[in-house]
Amino acid sequence: MELRLDRLSVALGGTAIVRDLTLAAPAGSVLGLVGPNGSGKTTALRSVYRALAPSGGVVWAGERDLWRQPRREAARTVAAVIQQHQTHLDFTVAEIVAMGRHPHRGHGGPLDADEERLCLEAMARVDVAHLADRGALTLSGGEMQRVLVARALVQQPRILVLDEPTNHLDLRHQIGLLSLIAASEVTVLVVLHDLNLAAAVCDRIAVLADGALTAVGSPEEVITAATLKTVFGVDGEVVAHPHTGRPQVLFAIPAPPDTEGTPQ
Amino acid sequence: MTALAVEPQEAPPRRTRSRGLAGAAAALLALLLAVSTLVAIGAGSASIPPADTASYLWAALTGGTVPAEETGRYQIVWQIRTPRVLLAAVVGAGLGAMGVAVQAMARNALAEPYLLGVSAGAATGAVAVGVWGGLGALGIYAVSAGAFAGALAASLVVYLAAAQYSGLSPLRLVLVGVAMSFALQAAMSVIVYFAPNAEAASTVLFWTMGGFGAANWATLPVVAAAVLAGIAVLVHRSGVLDVISLGEEAASSLGVDTGRQLAWLLALTSLVTGAMVAVSGAIGFVGLIVPHVVRIVVGAGHRRVLAVAPLAGALLMVWIDLASRTLVAPRELPVGAVTALIGVPVFVYLLRRRGYLFGGR
Repeated sequence: MELRLDRLSVALGGTAIVRDLTLAAPAGSVLGLVGPNGSGKTTALRSVYRALAPSGGVVWAGERDLWRQPRREAARTVAAVIQQHQTHLDFTVAEIVAMGRHPHRGHGGPLDADEERLCLEAMARVDVAHLADRGALTLSGGEMQRVLVARALVQQPRILVLDEPTNHLDLRHQIGLLSLIAASEVTVLVVLHDLNLAAAVCDRIAVLADGALTAVGSPEEVITAATLKTVFGVDGEVVAHPHTGRPQVLFAIPAPPDTEGTPQ
Repeated sequence: MTALAVEPQEAPPRRTRSRGLAGAAAALLALLLAVSTLVAIGAGSASIPPADTASYLWAALTGGTVPAEETGRYQIVWQIRTPRVLLAAVVGAGLGAMGVAVQAMARNALAEPYLLGVSAGAATGAVAVGVWGGLGALGIYAVSAGAFAGALAASLVVYLAAAQYSGLSPLRLVLVGVAMSFALQAAMSVIVYFAPNAEAASTVLFWTMGGFGAANWATLPVVAAAVLAGIAVLVHRSGVLDVISLGEEAASSLGVDTGRQLAWLLALTSLVTGAMVAVSGAIGFVGLIVPHVVRIVVGAGHRRVLAVAPLAGALLMVWIDLASRTLVAPRELPVGAVTALIGVPVFVYLLRRRGYLFGGR
């Protein structure tokens, strides 16, 4: 299902955080959202999973305005993997994953056999099946992150939005998650800080700065030394990955101006 | 979605240990509650053996007869003790369940049914009616009606004050509720200070400490219906309680509008708690401690917690009421004092217990 932001504006406490953002992710594609801190990436995502109402513009899911349909229906279309997991209760991993079925059920009764299987598959897919009976408050950040991905999968969305999904993940699970995203048939909108990961997994990348779109295109078009300089304010080089040809960003950390007397 | 697996592995069979545990706990508690109710009805200044208690109850329920010389004992059992013990069980069940709901709403370990101004509102309403009169048409129920009205009015003000800008949020609800309780306590103090009689002070004591001495067959069905209906709704909506405990952002992504859910939960908990407070005063601690104890045994999932918490609350309250009327007989301790004296050490013990996580490590 196509996800389209049509002149989306979002304000927080009267301040415009996202301004006039127009972006489209064709059905089944992976659209990356990159940009410096405070550029409005997360805020734009929040108006897609209906945590924050747009102050202007429309979020289209296919032919339907996401904000003009019942919340539960919207949650059957869009699932989100977000940074905040603030539960004070020690739910088990299996319970948290099962909550992904809430938009389809609306009650707290037991899962049926199909739903049970769906949950088990999702947990296996992100490598948390062995944690099913563990309390969520005892998990590491990376384990929790994978549990939240499993919950989003169980939601069976047509559109998946992820905010920094590789945060806390070790290298193996970063690559695991990104290959899951790349192979997925759902439409994906993903905020990533790591430009190399974004270049590796995204079909198209949108660059936000100060709440507005500054560039959008294929990784090759967008991840350039010029973008690094103008948007992020850093000097770097962009080379092609030897096997995939995708852009790779290389940095040299400038040496301190005076290293004399520095303890070994 | 594709079937592509990150880690192709056979999913282990899901353990259902905690689910079975909740069922077993509920069955055990129900059995203990039935036995405790019989024992508590029999116990007191005139001790009556359980067999006799059972035969009197049977006679009352089936319209049977009791020997003429036992009429007095029958009256004690059926007219005084049975409604009292049943009211204790009903209020205990209600406090346990409402405590679960308010802790989910407030997303706070220290939340309890009176957090949102209900008890202070009820006490203020009761004292206002007691001192100034009014509601005379309701006769002996005037003070209870005042308490109920005060509880609902306090909740309504909390709702209106907390919902002002961008809708209800857990933190704003708690802040406004706590502030409102302070304001109402101050109002109550002022009323008592200027009251023309000393009775006002004892009214305050009753409504802030609570007790089941006023139980009767007229009010019991009303409170029982309110409590049972409230618990039934919570059980039916337990999925929503689960989801709102994840935080507002996650709830949004799962199709749940936290503000809207808080509004009906506030209405429900206020109605049920208001009905309980109107007949038994504000009995503290049960609504705080029962949800925690139950979670230690059956985990955090609200469907299981709500299956067990009412029974645990009822059982606890039956025994606490029994203690309050037998420990220093013929005098009675305020039930709220007994719950706090027993509850505080238990609560501190639980907080020190390893393996119970609430609010992180």
